Amino acid sequence: MSTEPAAEPEPSGTDPAPIRVFLVDDHALFRSGVRAELDRTVSDVTVIGEAGSVDEAVAAIRHLRPDVVLLDVHMPDGGGAEVLRQIRPELPDVVFLALSVSDAAEDVIAVIRSGARGYVTKTISGRELADAVRRVRSGDAVFSPRLAGFVLDVFSDRPGAAPPGDPELDLLTRRERDVLRLLARGYAYKEIAGELFISVKTVETHVSSVLRKTQLSNRYELSRWASDRRLV
Amino acid sequence: MSPPVRRVTMDGVSTPHPTAPTAPSAPDAPPPAQQATGMPVPARPATGTPPLVRRRSGRFLAGVAGGVADHLEIKVLWVRAAFVVLATLGGAGVLGYGLLWIFVKQEQGEVARAVPHTERQQALGLVALAFGVGLAAAALGDSVVGWVVGPLGVAAVGAAVVWREADESQRRRWTSGVGGGSANRRSTVLRVLAGAVFVAAGIGVYLLGNIQLGQVQFALLAVLATLIGVAVLTVPWWLRLARELGEERRERIVETERAEIAAHLHDSVLQTLALIQRQNDQPREVLRLARGQERELRHWLYGPAGYGRSRAASGGPALDSGLADAITAAAAEVEDTYAVDVRPVVVGDRPLDDDLRALVLAAREAMVNAAKHAEVAEISVYTEVEPDEVHVFVRDRGIGFDPDSVPGDRHGLADSVHGRMTRHQGTVRLRSTPGEGTEVHLAMPMNGGRQQPAEVNAREEVESGS
Repeated sequence: MSTEPAAEPEPSGTDPAPIRVFLVDDHALFRSGVRAELDRTVSDVTVIGEAGSVDEAVAAIRHLRPDVVLLDVHMPDGGGAEVLRQIRPELPDVVFLALSVSDAAEDVIAVIRSGARGYVTKTISGRELADAVRRVRSGDAVFSPRLAGFVLDVFSDRPGAAPPGDPELDLLTRRERDVLRLLARGYAYKEIAGELFISVKTVETHVSSVLRKTQLSNRYELSRWASDRRLV
Repeated sequence: MSPPVRRVTMDGVSTPHPTAPTAPSAPDAPPPAQQATGMPVPARPATGTPPLVRRRSGRFLAGVAGGVADHLEIKVLWVRAAFVVLATLGGAGVLGYGLLWIFVKQEQGEVARAVPHTERQQALGLVALAFGVGLAAAALGDSVVGWVVGPLGVAAVGAAVVWREADESQRRRWTSGVGGGSANRRSTVLRVLAGAVFVAAGIGVYLLGNIQLGQVQFALLAVLATLIGVAVLTVPWWLRLARELGEERRERIVETERAEIAAHLHDSVLQTLALIQRQNDQPREVLRLARGQERELRHWLYGPAGYGRSRAASGGPALDSGLADAITAAAAEVEDTYAVDVRPVVVGDRPLDDDLRALVLAAREAMVNAAKHAEVAEISVYTEVEPDEVHVFVRDRGIGFDPDSVPGDRHGLADSVHGRMTRHQGTVRLRSTPGEGTEVHLAMPMNGGRQQPAEVNAREEVESGS
C-alpha cells in the first residue's frame, strides 16, 4: 500500500488515546525495527508488546487485548493464520493486519480469508504502516496494490470460468472494480476518491465490501488457495 | 446466506466505535457458507483420524485389530469379532489379518495402554469360538475351512510365531539399538525354529492329505512347498528391507534438496549480503542489489512471475512467454539499470504477439522515463488484460512536468512510446502534474479489434514531437 504521507485524519483525530499495537513476527530483528520506526515517526500508535511464536502470541494477545495485531504470515507452527484461527473467535474486537515479505497469492489470500483486515508488505515505510494501522483500527480494509491485483484476477470473468454461485458474494460491482483497479495502479484512497468523484468514505466502503467478498466468496481460486493452506 | 453487513462507519462517523470491527463478522460467517455449498473439508492432521498403524502395546497377536480399531475409532472388540466372523467364512478373516500384518507398519513410539483383563479374556474367547466354528464347519464338509483349521491352520500359526518374533526384534532395535541378552536371543531362535517347523509340517501334511501323486510330482511339489514355506517365513525381513530402502531414498532426496538450497543461498544471497556490506555508503546501490536479489530469490522460490500467481490463478497451464512474464522482466531490467523500485502488478495474461511485444517495449520505455526523470524511488506498473484490450499504467509520484513544455531531452516518450503504440493501433494517454507525478496509460486493442481513434485532448495528450 503506497498511501501518500498526508494521512487520513478523522479516526485518529477524534481518538486521543494511542492505538495499542501488538507485534507478531518470528524475526526479532524485524520486530525491533518496526517498533523503533513506529516510535520514531508517529505518536498515536504505540507498540505494547511483541511475540516470536504462535503460542506466545496467542497467550499475550489474550492477556493484553491490543487494538491492532501486526501479524507475520510466515512463522513456524502454522504462521499468522494459526494465530487468527485461535484468537478471532474469542476476541472479535482485536483487528489483524497482515505483514509479510512473501506477497505470494496463496499466503495473501489465505491470511485475508482467515480474518485479517488488511495486508501490507514489509517494505512499507513507518509512516505508511501507521496509516494502515489507523485504517484497520477504524474498521476499514487495507489492500496493497498486489493484493488488489490478485483479487481482481480472482473475480475476473474468464471464459470457461464456473458461473458464480452467489452473485452477492461472487461478483464485484463495477464501482468496486474501478476502486480496485486504481488501488492496483498505486493510488491512495484520497486520489481514488478524486479520480472517481466520490468521497474517501465511499472508497473505504467499497474496499471493505471487497474485503468481505474476498473472505466469504466461494469462488474456486479463493477456496482452493485457502484449502491449500488448510484454512477451510 | 450473506450476513447482513453494512459498514457501521457509514452512519456513525465520529464515534470511536469499538463495535465496528465486529461488523463484517468474518470468522463467524465462513462455516455456514461452506456448509451451504458442501465444500469438501480436507482432513486436518491435528484433529482427523489417526493413521493406520499396528499397536505395539495392549495387543493380543500382532496389534492389527487394535490398530484398525484406533484408526476407525471404534471398540477393539468389534474389530476382533469381525475378523472372527470373516475367518469362518472361508478363512477370509485369517487372510485379511495376515495381509494387514504384512502391509501395515508397527507404531513407532511406545504408547502405554491399560488393557483390561476382560478384554484379554474376550479376545481369547473369540479365538476359541472361531476355532470351534471352524471345526464344526470342517465336520460339515466345508473343505476350505477344513484346511484352514487343519494343516494350513498349523502353518499359519507357525508363520504367526515367526512374524511376531520379527516384530519383537524390530521393536528392540528401535528401543535399544542393539539386540537384548543372550537368553533372550536363544528364546528368539527357539521360537523362530518352532514356527518354521509348524509351517513346514502344516504344508507337508496338507500336501500329503490332499493330493495323491507319483514320486516325481511329489518331489517337485515338496520343493515348491519348501520355497513357499521359506517365502512365508521370511516375509518380515523382505518387508523391512524394502521399507529401509525407501526410507534411505527419502533421506537422500531431502539431503540433496538441502544441499541445493544451501548452494543457492551461498551463491547468491550471501554474495549479495557481502556486496551490500562493502557498499554501505551508497544507499542507491544497496537498494539495487537488495531488490535484484529479492527478485532472483522470488523467481527461484515461486516461479517466473515471482509470486506464484500465473499458474495458481489462471488455472490452466502457465503461459511460457506470456505478457505477464514479459512485463515483469521489463520491470526487473529497469530496476536493475536505474536502481529504482519498480513494482509490477499484472491481472490476467495472454501469449505475446507483435502488438503485445510493442506494448511491452513501450511500457519499458515509460518506466525508463520515470526512472530517469521523475526523481522517485518507486514506480508502480499495473497491467490488465481484458478480452478486447490490454492496458498498462506506469505511474510515479515524482516531480511531474507540464506536458505542453516537454523538455528537449524527453524524446524517449514522444518517439519510442508514442510511435510504437500508434504503429500498432494503440493509444497513449499521459497525465502529469508538476509536483504530483506522472501516469502513462498505454492501451492496445486485441484481436485486430476496433481501432480507437486517439482522443485528442490538449491537456492529456502528448503529440509526437515532429
